[in-house]
Amino acid sequence: MFDRQKIEEIAKEKKRWEQTTLTNWVKQCPERRKEFRNHSGITIKGLYTPEDIKNLDYMRDLGFPGEYPFTRGLHATMYRGRLWTMRMFAGFGTAEDTNKRFKYLLSEGETGLSTAFDYPTIMGYDSDHPMAKGEVGVCGVAISSLQDMEILFDGIPLDKVTTSMTINGPASILLAMYVAVGDKQGVPREKLGGTTQNDNLKEFFAQKLCIFPPKPSLKLSTDVIEYCARHLPKWNPISISGYHIREAGATALQELAFTLYDGIAYVEETLKRGLKVDEFAPRLSFFFASHNDFFEEIAKFRAARRLWARIMKERFHAKNPRSMWMRMHVQTSGCTLTAQQPLNNIVRTTIQALAAVLGGTQSLHTNSFDEALCLPTEESVRVALRTQQIIAYESGAANTVDPLAGAYYIEDLTNKMEEKAMEYIQKIDDMGGAIAAIEKGFFQKEIADSAYRYQREIEAKDRIIVGVNDYTIEDEECPVKLLRVDPNVEKKQVERLQKLKRERDSRKVKEVLEKLHYAAEKDENLMPTIIEAVKAYVTLGEITEVLRKVYGEYKELIII
Amino acid sequence: MQGERKIRVLIAKPGLDSHDRGAKVVARALRDAGMEVIYTGLRQTPEQIVETALQEDVDVIGLSILSGAHMALFPRIMELLKEKGLTDVMVFAGGIIPEEDVPELKRIGIKEVFGPGTPTENIIKYVLENAPKRS
Ligand code: B12
Repeated sequence: MFDRQKIEEIAKEKKRWEQTTLTNWVKQCPERRKEFRNHSGITIKGLYTPEDIKNLDYMRDLGFPGEYPFTRGLHATMYRGRLWTMRMFAGFGTAEDTNKRFKYLLSEGETGLSTAFDYPTIMGYDSDHPMAKGEVGVCGVAISSLQDMEILFDGIPLDKVTTSMTINGPASILLAMYVAVGDKQGVPREKLGGTTQNDNLKEFFAQKLCIFPPKPSLKLSTDVIEYCARHLPKWNPISISGYHIREAGATALQELAFTLYDGIAYVEETLKRGLKVDEFAPRLSFFFASHNDFFEEIAKFRAARRLWARIMKERFHAKNPRSMWMRMHVQTSGCTLTAQQPLNNIVRTTIQALAAVLGGTQSLHTNSFDEALCLPTEESVRVALRTQQIIAYESGAANTVDPLAGAYYIEDLTNKMEEKAMEYIQKIDDMGGAIAAIEKGFFQKEIADSAYRYQREIEAKDRIIVGVNDYTIEDEECPVKLLRVDPNVEKKQVERLQKLKRERDSRKVKEVLEKLHYAAEKDENLMPTIIEAVKAYVTLGEITEVLRKVYGEYKELIII
Repeated sequence: MQGERKIRVLIAKPGLDSHDRGAKVVARALRDAGMEVIYTGLRQTPEQIVETALQEDVDVIGLSILSGAHMALFPRIMELLKEKGLTDVMVFAGGIIPEEDVPELKRIGIKEVFGPGTPTENIIKYVLENAPKRS
C-alpha cells in the first residue's frame, strides 16, 4: 500500500524516535506493564506505523464493501442503507409469558426475535418428563408441542418478522413447529425468515447440551441444512457459533479458528448430500461474541469475514459471492459481566456492542445489566436495547462503512488473527477434522486451559475487573430487582401438555412415530417426517425419544 | 502433614444445567491446591450425585449450579445424604444463586454459597478450614 522507499524512511525515522524521544520519555515515565497482550496472547506494541502493514495489498486484502474478500463489510453501504437487526435473546416461563415479552420488545423497537428455550426443551424432554422437574420455564420458554409454539407466536406475523431460535439437538423439531405455525398463518414457506442455531458440533466442547453422539448429531444438523436449501430459501438453517466457544473460556483467536473449522465441517458434510456448494452456502450464518478488548474484537470480526471468503473460494471453489459472505450475529459477552456493581455492566456492554458495529455485524444482542444475577427484567432488557439504539442513532458510528480500516494497528491485528487462525485450521485438518478433534478432546482441553488461565489472571490481578478485584464496594447490597419465574409455570405447562396428549388423535401419533423410527434407521432426511409429526401434535419429547433409541445418547468425555 | 489423607472433594453438576466453566475452574483450583478432586460431569440427578459421593468416599461435596433450579434439586440431595448416613460430609455450593435463597439453603444444611467473582483462593481456604477432619 506504501511505496518501498517511504517505508524505509519511516522505519529509519522510527528507530531514531525510539532511541531519542521514546527512550527519554520512558525514563521519566515508565510503561505500566512490562508487556501488553490481548486475550489471544498477541503482544501489543506501543506504536504501529505503516511499516507494520507494509505487505498489505489494498485490493487483495481489503477491497470494497460488498466485494471479495469482504473485509470491509458484506454490503456496499453497510449501515447507511440498513441498520443491523436488533435481536434480543428472550424466553422464560410459559409460551404466553414469552409471547408477551416478544411483543414488549417489538414495541420498544427491536427489529428481530430471538428465542431462548428452557432446559427440558433444549435437551429434548417434554415438560412432564422426570428430568424436567424444577426446570420448566426457568431458563427459557417451555415448548413441548406445536400447541405451545402456536401460543408463542400468537399475533406475530411470521412473514413480517424474522425469528432466531437457540436450539441444537432438537433444531429440526422446533423448525418443523415454526413451519407449521407459518402454514397455519398462511405464510408461504418461501417467505419464512429466521435462523435455527442447529450447530451441534460446538455442543460437544462449548455449550455441552448434547443429546446424541457426534456423528448422528452432525447428521441432524445437515438434515436441516439440506432441507432448507431445497424448501426454505429464506431460512438460515444454521448459526455456526463461536459465542459459546468463547463463553466457555476460549480466547478470541480460538473462537475464530474453531468456529470456522466447524463451518468447514458442515460444508463438507452437506456436499456429501449431493448439493453444490453454491446451493446451500449462501444461507450459512455465524454467531460470535464481543468481549472486552475493543480492537481485538473488531480485528476478529474483520478477519473472520475475510478468512471465510477465502476458504469458500479457495477450499470449496464457490462461485456465487454470496457463498463467500459471512453473515454474522453478535452477542456481547455475558462472562465479562459481573454480579458486583451490576450497573457497570451497561458500560461494558456499550463498548462491546460498539466493537460489533465497527466490526460490521448484521445482527446484535446486547446483554442486560443483571446478566450475572438472573434472566433480564423488562427494565434491564430495555436499557440493553436502548444501548444499541444510542449507538445506531446518536454515536455516528453507523454513518460510514468500516471506519477503522487502514488503521495500522487494526490492519496488523486483522492480519495476525487470520494467520494464527489458519495455523489452527491446519492443525485440525491434520488431526482428521472436527469430529476427530472432538473425540480426542482437543477443543475441550484448549478451552478449559484458556478458561483456567483467565481465572488465574484475574486472581493474580494481572487482569483488573472493576468492582471484582479492584474498586470494590464493601458489603455491597444488590441494587437491582431480580426477575423470578412464576413457580406455577411447571404445573400449568404440565396440565396443558397432558390435556393435549389426551385429546389428540393417538392412532395418528403412533403411526407417525413408527414412520419416524423407520426413516431414522434408513438414514433418510428426517425433516419431512418431523413436520408431519409435529402437525399431528406429536411432542418434542416423543420425537426425541425415538431418535434416542436409534442413535443412542452421548456420554460426556470429561476433561478438566 | 505426611501420611495424612488428602481431602477428597466431589464437584457435582445437578440437574440439566450444563454451564461447566465455573465447575471446572473450581475443580482444577482445588486439585492444584493438593486435594483429591472428582468431577461428576454434567446433568446428574440427586441420586447419582449421592451415589458417587458414597462410592468415592468424599469429605466434601461442592454443588455447582447456574440454572436457577437449586431450590428444586438441593433439598433432595440433602435428604438423600441423610438417608445414606452421609451426614458428616460437608456440602457447599456455588454459581448463580440469589442472595434471598441462601438462608433456606443454609437451613437444609448447605454450609456456604459462593457466587460469581469469588476468587478460587477463598474457596480453597474455606475447604481447608471446614472439611471434616479424618485420617
Ligand atoms: C458462560 C455462560 C454461558 C456459556 C456456558 C459455557 C460453559 N460450557 O460453561 C453458554 C454461552 C454456552 C451459555 C448458555 C446458556 N446460558 Co449461560 N451464562 C454464562 C455466563 C455469562 C457466565 C457463566 C460463567 O461461566 N462464568 C465464569 C465462571 C468462572 O464463573 P461461575 O460459573 O459463576 O463460577 C464461579 C462462582 O459462581 C463459583 N462457583 C461456581 N460453581 C461452584 C461450585 C462450588 C462448589 C463453589 C464453592 C463455587 C462455585 O466459583 C466460580 C469462580 O469464581 C452467565 C452469566 C454470568 N455472567 O454469570 C450466564 C447464565 C448462567 N446463563 C444463563 C442461561 C439462561 C443460559 C442458557 C440456558 C440459555 C438458553 N436458554 O439457551 C444456556 C444453557 C447452556 C448450558 N450449557 O447450560 C442464565 C441463567 C439464568 C438463571 N439462573 O436465572 C445466566 C445467569 C445469564 C442470564 N442472566 O440470563 N451460558
